[in-house]
Amino acid sequence: MRMLVCVKRVPMTGGKIVLTEDAQAIETRHLGFTISPHEECGVEEAVRLVEQHGGESVVLTLGPPEAVEQLRDAMAIGADRAIHLETDVEEWDPQATAAAIVDAIRADEAASGPFDLVFFGNEAADSGNYQVGTRVAYALGRPVATGLRGVAVGDGTVRCEQEAPGGRDVYELPLPAVVTVKEGLNLPRYPSVPGRLRAQRKPVTVSSPSRPPSRLEKLRLVVPEGQGKEATILGHGPDAAPAVVEVLRELGVLS
Amino acid sequence: MSVLVFVEHDGGEPTEPALQALTFARGYASGDPVHSLAVGLEPDGLGAYGVGTLHVAEHDVFGSYAPAAVAQAVVELAGRLLPTAVIAAGTDAGNEVMAHVAAKLDLPLAANCVEATPGDPARVTRVRWGGSLLEEAALHAPVKLLTVQPHAVAAIEVPGEGPAVERFAPVLGDADLTVRVVGRTGESAGGVSLSDAKVVVSAGRGAGSPEGFAGVEELAGLLGGAVGCSRAVTMAGWRSHTDQVGQTGTKIAPDLYIACGISGATQHMAGCKGAKAILAINVDRDAPILSSADYAVIGDLHEVVPAISAEIRKARS
Repeated sequence: MRMLVCVKRVPMTGGKIVLTEDAQAIETRHLGFTISPHEECGVEEAVRLVEQHGGESVVLTLGPPEAVEQLRDAMAIGADRAIHLETDVEEWDPQATAAAIVDAIRADEAASGPFDLVFFGNEAADSGNYQVGTRVAYALGRPVATGLRGVAVGDGTVRCEQEAPGGRDVYELPLPAVVTVKEGLNLPRYPSVPGRLRAQRKPVTVSSPSRPPSRLEKLRLVVPEGQGKEATILGHGPDAAPAVVEVLRELGVLS
Repeated sequence: MSVLVFVEHDGGEPTEPALQALTFARGYASGDPVHSLAVGLEPDGLGAYGVGTLHVAEHDVFGSYAPAAVAQAVVELAGRLLPTAVIAAGTDAGNEVMAHVAAKLDLPLAANCVEATPGDPARVTRVRWGGSLLEEAALHAPVKLLTVQPHAVAAIEVPGEGPAVERFAPVLGDADLTVRVVGRTGESAGGVSLSDAKVVVSAGRGAGSPEGFAGVEELAGLLGGAVGCSRAVTMAGWRSHTDQVGQTGTKIAPDLYIACGISGATQHMAGCKGAKAILAINVDRDAPILSSADYAVIGDLHEVVPAISAEIRKARS
């Protein structure tokens, strides 16, 4: 089977978001970066499916040159090779992102055959646009199920489980298909040292698509009000217990 | 000129986020007619939310959830009404349906907006990082596609009569029928669910181990609440992902959230900002969570939490 996982490089924001002076981005000088959490589970799932059924798993990102770190991370836990659509610092809107990914998928499929499944995260941790996977599915003429916490490949089909109030809804799609997944789908493995070393030698295909004008055009970022509240300190250590119980009573949660 | 709103309903009862989206759309339309679309059944009470005409799409496939088919009904109706905007709630289903609509029409979609001003381009303010950051953006499109961040606006009623109801049978292609719910699994076993609990008691890395949750479980039990945890805990494999409070876990809205040994990363706070009150128990006086919490106890959760449980027992005896 052939699996493709599309991932995004995002900063690990920690406790407080600070913006750059021009309010166009998060100040990341002191931050680390990671694969957006939903997509990390997509990588793990694709790797498991290839371990189970044989074949190849490919990881793709659209992002700055440094995003090769996230491609190496994905290859360290088992993806076989990578496609890097390299960009400058400008952010790409969801339509432009989807179009560039579609071109890359078509090129790879022309050379190596169709991907049975293309994985996306349900939404990127940073921009949260909820749409790139669905746009790619339409452009390729493939069915798409979103927000999945269960993916099982059968004979020419994929069984998908989507979280719904009080349980999970089940879909069955014919392959090839596109799926968008959520954290909780699996527990991604931690990359081993040999895995990291192997990842350094795995191939990365790099290209630089040009960015069309944004139709959802970011103007500036704003940190919402409400941060910077001052908590009332009820006390230190176990001695604070009576004051806590008093608060519980005031809040009406102590029946 | 008009605005079209896709209204989600639960067996004919419009959902709260759908009513909020209608209220948002009424503001956006500023006097122009508000049309709404529902699939399957006819939702009750939409007249009170300013809906002039309710369009009900009917088809066998709407017996279960089928996002591409719903989207095709939206697209067909939008083709007839030529609205200036199509709006839905920014819920899982609302965002899913609107992503299909956007893909079918090849139009941009602004998801999870908290504000929007009509115009060319329209100006929107939308949520990033699960609500920890806002983005102001320009939306360049002949028809504006928007979803509304749940709880960004309150649902407000207006005087009005019941809407005119028009039924139609959308023309659906095979591809629209492929993606539909064919079954159900994993029915929850009961107990207090994290998203509905009145009190949630969580612990983070400070719990130290899976066994470190014993005190937290005891306190949650005493308060009739649910146990939660941070992402660090689920990534360590200490607890199931279903217990995770956060941007990529469950979003909670309890009367009281007790966060023990949780530093307060934005990822976590995005999941608990709906709490009416937050009590943080933390050894670190400078932990970021103290600038989002209402109350705090400085101390080790392994000492403080059992003391609170003991005090509750004493108060009740």
